[in-house]
Amino acid sequence: MGDVMRQALVVARKDLLLELRSRTAFLSMLAFTALVLAIFNFARDPTAIGATDLAPSTLWITFSFAGLLGLNRAFALERENRALDGLLLAPLSRTALYVGKALANLVFLGTVEAIALPAFALFFNVPILPVLPALAGVIALATIGFVSVGTLLSAMAVTTRFAELILALLMLPFLLPPVSAAAQITSRLFAGRPLAEQVGWLKLLVGFDIVFVVLCMLIFEWTLEE
Amino acid sequence: MARRFGHVRAVRGIDFALQRGDALAIFGPNGAGKTTLLRILAGLIAADAGEVRLSGELLRRGDESQRRRFGVISHASMLYDGLTAAENLEFYGRLYGLPNVAAASRRALERVGLEARADSPAGTMSRGMLQRLTIARALLHEPDLVLLDEPFTGLDQAAAAALREQLMRLRSERRTVVLVTHNLDEGLELATHVAIQVAGRFVECGPRHGDAASYRVRYAEATGG
Repeated sequence: MGDVMRQALVVARKDLLLELRSRTAFLSMLAFTALVLAIFNFARDPTAIGATDLAPSTLWITFSFAGLLGLNRAFALERENRALDGLLLAPLSRTALYVGKALANLVFLGTVEAIALPAFALFFNVPILPVLPALAGVIALATIGFVSVGTLLSAMAVTTRFAELILALLMLPFLLPPVSAAAQITSRLFAGRPLAEQVGWLKLLVGFDIVFVVLCMLIFEWTLEE
Repeated sequence: MARRFGHVRAVRGIDFALQRGDALAIFGPNGAGKTTLLRILAGLIAADAGEVRLSGELLRRGDESQRRRFGVISHASMLYDGLTAAENLEFYGRLYGLPNVAAASRRALERVGLEARADSPAGTMSRGMLQRLTIARALLHEPDLVLLDEPFTGLDQAAAAALREQLMRLRSERRTVVLVTHNLDEGLELATHVAIQVAGRFVECGPRHGDAASYRVRYAEATGG
């Protein structure tokens, strides 16, 4: 297990270094996030729809689509110069490759979320500070589920002709459980309800994470078969 | 060995053995299945039938210790444009678990004459320099078996000469080499064994005998060209 983690960190470090140099996906995700938040905020009639009614769905639409943009780059950068062949030829376990890619995606998406959350609070004037620890926990759980499935599907989609489209289509059914649960919990948190009342949704999030992290690690090996 | 893609039989009925230090040059026209054969040997794709044995041991695609014994050079560099030459080699060095990656990377760069470009991003290098860096990457972990897929494609004369020098070094170090090319002169310079592959199968395979002119005639006969 130690060797798998060591190799996973090597892969994650490389992905983050490449993104740090180019910043292409990161900046697209941030620009997209700002755009969605601005559009949803200014298109809303404040006399008809209250900010707290619209805020949870807007937050999760933003995170989901920004996340899709980020996931597309996960294996797209291995397509250049057939770098994926280099990884497959190396004595790198497929599990380590999956974990490394997922870790980089988590850091990547987590950073975008950390920047987007204050912007969201600003646009929608939602008091996030009192619910921040609970909200951060929910975001982390939903992001882990999203990234675990997304990393696997990104590897499957990368060799296809319309990788971006295929990834979005494949993600849709897997996106629904964690995003709906997270949006439901967020909505109740903003309404001032305690987290203890959301045990059912929390169980769904935790269950989804456990099942899909394990399942994706197990089946990742076969997604790269030619 | 055999492999088909849909109705196309890319590799069929291929059977050969090499000893340590042998260099097999596989010639053939475009679409003969040379690259597919090399990818099967490298474990990148599975054969539909047949097997590959390395020192008598069956090649298993998931076996990480066996992968340490391979080095692959192709026209695709397998390098990251956004990383410098040294960073690319250090990344691969870590994947191969080399003890001192910085020193190994420096040595590999010196060997291909790129030590002055250690901090240059791979994406800014010329085709020739990139191919030298590709060689450094493939030989970084001192593999026993080196597989080369059209390594001379797109190289200028100086880069091709540098590559030839590296290939001769491989031979002098008694590494086993399998080279796939459609360039007879470049392949024969290195080869101890020669194969001609047409439509997925070897029409000729064995120790090299005869000069370049005789092989040119046999190649033309085999390919109908």
